[in-house]
Amino acid sequence: MGVITVENVSRWYGNVVAVNGVSMTIGPGVTGLLGPNGAGKSTLIHMMGGFLAPSAGAVRLDGQDIWGNPQVYRHIGLVPERESAYDFLTGEQFILAMAKLHRLPDPRGAAKHAIGLVEMGYAADRQIGTYSKGMKQRIKMASALVHDPAVLLLDEPFNGMDPRQRLQLMELIRSMADQGRTILFSSHILEEVERLATHIEVVVAGRHAASGDFREIRRLMTDRAHVFSLRSSDDRVLASAVIGDGSARSVRLTDQGLEVEATDFARFTRLLPRLARAAGVTLREVSPSDESLESVFSYLVEK
Amino acid sequence: MNVTIAALTLRGMLGRRRAVLLFVLPAVLLVLSAVLAFTGNDSLGVSTGVLEGFGMVVLLPLIALIVGTGVIGPEIDDGQIMYVLTKPIPRGSVILTKYVCAVGLITAFAALPILVSGVLLLGPGSDVPWAFAVGAVQGGVVYGAVFLALAVLSRNAVTIGLIYALVWESMIGGFIAGSRNLSIQSWAMSSVDELTTASTVEVDSSVATALVLALLTTLVALGLAVRRLSTLTLATAD
Repeated sequence: MGVITVENVSRWYGNVVAVNGVSMTIGPGVTGLLGPNGAGKSTLIHMMGGFLAPSAGAVRLDGQDIWGNPQVYRHIGLVPERESAYDFLTGEQFILAMAKLHRLPDPRGAAKHAIGLVEMGYAADRQIGTYSKGMKQRIKMASALVHDPAVLLLDEPFNGMDPRQRLQLMELIRSMADQGRTILFSSHILEEVERLATHIEVVVAGRHAASGDFREIRRLMTDRAHVFSLRSSDDRVLASAVIGDGSARSVRLTDQGLEVEATDFARFTRLLPRLARAAGVTLREVSPSDESLESVFSYLVEK
Repeated sequence: MNVTIAALTLRGMLGRRRAVLLFVLPAVLLVLSAVLAFTGNDSLGVSTGVLEGFGMVVLLPLIALIVGTGVIGPEIDDGQIMYVLTKPIPRGSVILTKYVCAVGLITAFAALPILVSGVLLLGPGSDVPWAFAVGAVQGGVVYGAVFLALAVLSRNAVTIGLIYALVWESMIGGFIAGSRNLSIQSWAMSSVDELTTASTVEVDSSVATALVLALLTTLVALGLAVRRLSTLTLATAD
């Protein structure tokens, strides 16, 4: 099984509401918990991991309350965002200790298997304090996998990783999901979620903003107009070329250059260099001015 | 009691820089006692003065503070406690294990040096060193529980513990007679007084009352620590 249900959950700290009336069900497969920084993702994951009591509502694993119930950790593996593990231990000692804490029948075998899963065998006898960020992330992953849990909760697992480490971890997460596990990971980076999650849950300002298939939500996000700031060798000529092409809803000449409101993000970004070349204009700067996640999310919320 | 948690705790305690203090403080007491014995300044009055004034008033509470808060505080601050708490282990077992480690370390780094100092000063035949060692273990049992609970309850455990040991026990206790009944150190000294015939150790309060108060304090502190650890929420910026 391994189904987490969040039922009308709120969590507040004093007067600050971090999570507000959220309900969702997380089942097998990879689910991305997406939201800008400060949206309440960590608070939600902490509640799902039994580290925070909901101020209202209930969080359950297969019908069992998670809060105040250490027995659920037989089925949950948690990878916290914070980097620190027991830095004075070697990777192997750390995972072995975790296996023993779970009272596994063969802790040594389980530790070896988990270290193998995250491909950390080559550094298992080095102290964790000497690991790179990506290595620490993987050894933390091994610690969460050592008891072969049905549910894996990962809080911002890609933070601070280089592209190669990111790819490796993505592959690992996919293979874990293929084995029928329920995996939830939080991220504030759209692209990470897009590449990995089949299902996404979006939270904005503590509220559940969207839920479902990624493509569906992506379409909602790309339907809107995108604003670009441009600087070029001749802004006036470029402006007339863009207007002539018809791919923009509006073009404004400002002190800093051009502000273009494009109707189709993908088409406009493909078209612009061609337009500029044809008009004999050199592009100096192209930046999407409202592409910050917050604006995308607030757009979603408005929807 | 969980052997793995105990091993992690002891490695964490003795592997950190603050472990140096665990060795320095007893070394000061031992060197002081050796010098006094060597120079012939080892009368009963001087010896009990050193054992009480340095051993029980300075060494014991400081070692207990370092150890009692150190067995769990840094793990909570750094978030490593998460790795222990995400296991199907009763919280009571976590606290009990940490507590046993703390009492063991206090015995090794405070009670044992006090015993050795006493023997250096007064010889193995005297009952004074043994009385002080038993008193120190008793004090360690209570201090350990109180400082452990403080570390689970507050992020300022060391400061609060220092204020308690330095201000309450050392200063106010000296001025206000009644306050001595609410001092872990004086409960320990009651036992020392009970166990030795030396006239230089004199404590007013009854040993029975002291033992009951010590036991109650220990149980309440450990109970609070278990309760707090069961609902420990790790602060998050999100």
